[in-house]
Amino acid sequence: MTSRSPDTHRPLSYALLVHGAPYGHQAALSALRFARALAQRGHRVATVFFYHDGVHNASTLMSPPQDELSLQAGWRELHAQQGSALLVCVAAGLRRGLLDEAEAARHGKPAANVEPPFELTGLGQLVDAMFSHDRLLTFAP
Amino acid sequence: MTTIQNIDAARHDLLVILRHAPHGSAWLREGLEVALVAAAFGKRVALMFQADGVYALMAGQQAGALGQKGTHPQIAMLEMYDIETLWVSEEALLQRGLEPDDLMLPVTLLDSRTLAHVTRENPYTLVF
Repeated sequence: MTSRSPDTHRPLSYALLVHGAPYGHQAALSALRFARALAQRGHRVATVFFYHDGVHNASTLMSPPQDELSLQAGWRELHAQQGSALLVCVAAGLRRGLLDEAEAARHGKPAANVEPPFELTGLGQLVDAMFSHDRLLTFAP
Repeated sequence: MTTIQNIDAARHDLLVILRHAPHGSAWLREGLEVALVAAAFGKRVALMFQADGVYALMAGQQAGALGQKGTHPQIAMLEMYDIETLWVSEEALLQRGLEPDDLMLPVTLLDSRTLAHVTRENPYTLVF
């Protein structure tokens, strides 16, 4: 923190790009912690985009032990508190078995594991998020 | 050799840095996918190949014994998407015993100082 100009206190809109799977790497939890810290400083995470192995963060079926933090609950709470869009790359998600009801029906699968507020979407939304927010940060393993 | 003195580093909207080889992980495939989509959305995209990422450009690649589709079809599409700025780390290329003639497409070799300069000049950067 070298600059103390008034401009540094302007609320900024952030996009976070998450490449890390939950629990296997620190990346997703770091992204969530960063998002909470931003809110405390008066900023807002407008978009979280899950790509690469990060798409696994969207799984409704995630079932960590009760004495561990639930990343699924954490992302939902972020959406509830900051209105953050939780966007999941559909191509990366389908390959890895992340399907909402429409995709499950379309591919003849017996179950779906992506539910609102998570949304399957295209990479164009990531490009949009990059250029429409003040900052984009990547969290990768 | 393009150097820090004569490079036009900042005329792109998005810089995608690729550091992984074609096979063995999804990093290269998914990084190239972002570059192609951004270009399709009208963004001016530059690619930077570092470390094992230089293998992405090797001529003569095929869908290999690992049962993966490979990434050479994506590399072959770059020109069609007007992605023509291909910056390659000269050091990474030499370390792997490769020369520009071994690559599928014409590239611009950069020394490490110029790579750092280019990265600084492009605020919109994604690393894969």
